[in-house]
Amino acid sequence: MASPSKEMLLDWYRQMVLIREFEETCHRLYEEKRITGVYLHLYSGHEASGVGSMAALRPSDHVITAYRDHGIALILGMDPGAVMAEMMGKKTGSSGGKGGSMHLASAQHNFWGGYAIVGGHLPLAAGIALEARYRGSDDVTMTYVGDGATNNGYFHESLNMSSIWDLPVVWIIENNGYGMGTEVDRASGQIELHRKAEAYGIKSLGRVNAQDALEVYAVATQAVDYARKHGPVVVEHVTYRYRGHGVSDKQYDAREDMSAELREWMECREPIKILRDQILKKHKGAKAILAAHEEDARRIVKEAVEFAEASELPNSYQELFQNTYAQSNLVHKTDMSVGAGID
Amino acid sequence: MAVRNVAMREAIRRALQEEMRRDDDVFVMGEEVAYWQGTHRVTRGFLEEFGERRVRDTPISEMAIGGVAVGAAMAGLRPVAEFMTINFAFLALDAIANHAGKVRYFFDGMFKVPLVYRAASGWGNQATASHSHSPEPIFAHFPGVYVGCPSNSMDAYGMLKAAIRDDNPVLFTESIALYPKPGPMPDDEDTDYLIPIGKGDIKREGADVTLVAYARGVDWALQAARQLAKDGVEAEVVDLRWLRPLDMELVYSSFKKTNRCVIVEESLPMYSFGSEIAALLQENMFDYMDAPIKRVAAEDVPLPYSKEIELLALPDAQKVADAVKEIV
Repeated sequence: MASPSKEMLLDWYRQMVLIREFEETCHRLYEEKRITGVYLHLYSGHEASGVGSMAALRPSDHVITAYRDHGIALILGMDPGAVMAEMMGKKTGSSGGKGGSMHLASAQHNFWGGYAIVGGHLPLAAGIALEARYRGSDDVTMTYVGDGATNNGYFHESLNMSSIWDLPVVWIIENNGYGMGTEVDRASGQIELHRKAEAYGIKSLGRVNAQDALEVYAVATQAVDYARKHGPVVVEHVTYRYRGHGVSDKQYDAREDMSAELREWMECREPIKILRDQILKKHKGAKAILAAHEEDARRIVKEAVEFAEASELPNSYQELFQNTYAQSNLVHKTDMSVGAGID
Repeated sequence: MAVRNVAMREAIRRALQEEMRRDDDVFVMGEEVAYWQGTHRVTRGFLEEFGERRVRDTPISEMAIGGVAVGAAMAGLRPVAEFMTINFAFLALDAIANHAGKVRYFFDGMFKVPLVYRAASGWGNQATASHSHSPEPIFAHFPGVYVGCPSNSMDAYGMLKAAIRDDNPVLFTESIALYPKPGPMPDDEDTDYLIPIGKGDIKREGADVTLVAYARGVDWALQAARQLAKDGVEAEVVDLRWLRPLDMELVYSSFKKTNRCVIVEESLPMYSFGSEIAALLQENMFDYMDAPIKRVAAEDVPLPYSKEIELLALPDAQKVADAVKEIV
């Protein structure tokens, strides 16, 4: 089993406290109407799932996810200022204000984006992995998919395609118990979601307690290695969302059973606390470093908010139309052509 | 340019084959494209020439076909993904409209999506309702995806080559009825013959009425024009070739001359190609308009199996000629 170094553990802690600070700040800014828009799906509670699994990747590997994408973006090293500016729809946002919370991406980090249609990114993941196979590369495509998406056609078609073509995809099912407001056992005939892999002849590495970054990492290293050498593999991360489906989710206030469940997860299976205890058990002197990471996270996010709020909103027709199409000398454009775009 | 006569199916096959020879990043994927040699024989011989790496049979998974092409294109390949018929592309509408057409936009230009979706379109020989669509306008509704619909071998050849070489997603439809139709195409020495995306073409000149059409509608318009000429009416036939972008400049310049227009299409009449062209003409050419704009399209009904009522539902040259006679 892979054993992460002290430096790795400290860096995971840095990533996790940064994500938590970023997400909780987003939540506050939304409540204060400083972030507008109707969709904001936070990664609070999920941190160890992304941090532990992406630690198994190398820089040339690929990452793609759904709309709960802020944490993934920050783990990959995207600039928190550009990410926060995207939340606010600013010109300086990572997608120029065109995408918002659900559409973060960074070509330079091989981060192919967050996607907003449930399951819509899954065939894209297979296509990205196909490109690697096509060129004889062994880079893997780490693909995050929620429990709800495992019931939709994209999931089944994409897993099957990855199987028959031996595509190097690590399919990580982030099972946080709910597809929007519907419990997994009300939505899926098979509640051990990783077992859906069997239907397509895909290897499953089973369920992982994804509140424990060390457990996540141990399985992810096996999964990545398997995908590199052989083909697709499925892992199910059992995790929990602290801020509901999205910021507009009021179910946790309305349902006592759900709010009790949330308290139980936060008290007993809190991923940052688990990692902190693991680090301090082995490295008693690390306390000051952990405190410094917490302090840094607050500073970085504060600066990100300042940067985002100081940035301008796009407000011209030129910006509205820009990048609808790639520039092309093969396209016949006239003043009177319709649907050619204005660039 | 030296030319030779080939069926439109063969012109498409040649365009695809030449682009695959030219660029290793171009590959085909779809149902029955490899071992079966293509349901419409467009990829005949491809498996033997290019191998399984570049000629990829897929399962019957239209959502995945649509989306895998997007991912592969973003990552740097140039997929040509085939939907056996455009009826099946309805299952992939999310991949086409919401992903192929939008990833560039919502990531503000970070990625290119150089892909082509090919789809056989149109009503067949008693193919029945669910397999009898010519729904190109549905796909042309969405910004971000170009839509090309050739009416003959030469255009199919030059349009498909341009589509494959362009960095934007293109839906390329091929009328099943036109596959066997012979027509000239460039010979082997002219493999860079490209028709710009969005450029229409005058297929017949005339001063009395403008017939605007695409794909199979062009054949009906040309047949009607020959019939009308016997009665002294000279129709100009504008083949738009692409539904997005739409070469309205060409339509307007013809309309300024004829002041009358009939729009011809194989697809359904509501929220249609004809609706769009008619609306643009009245908005922009009102001062040139001497008669109501007429539309000839399929009847607003699912297509039946039985031969005679199937034909009743569809446009033809006589319906075009009749519409012209109402306004000249």
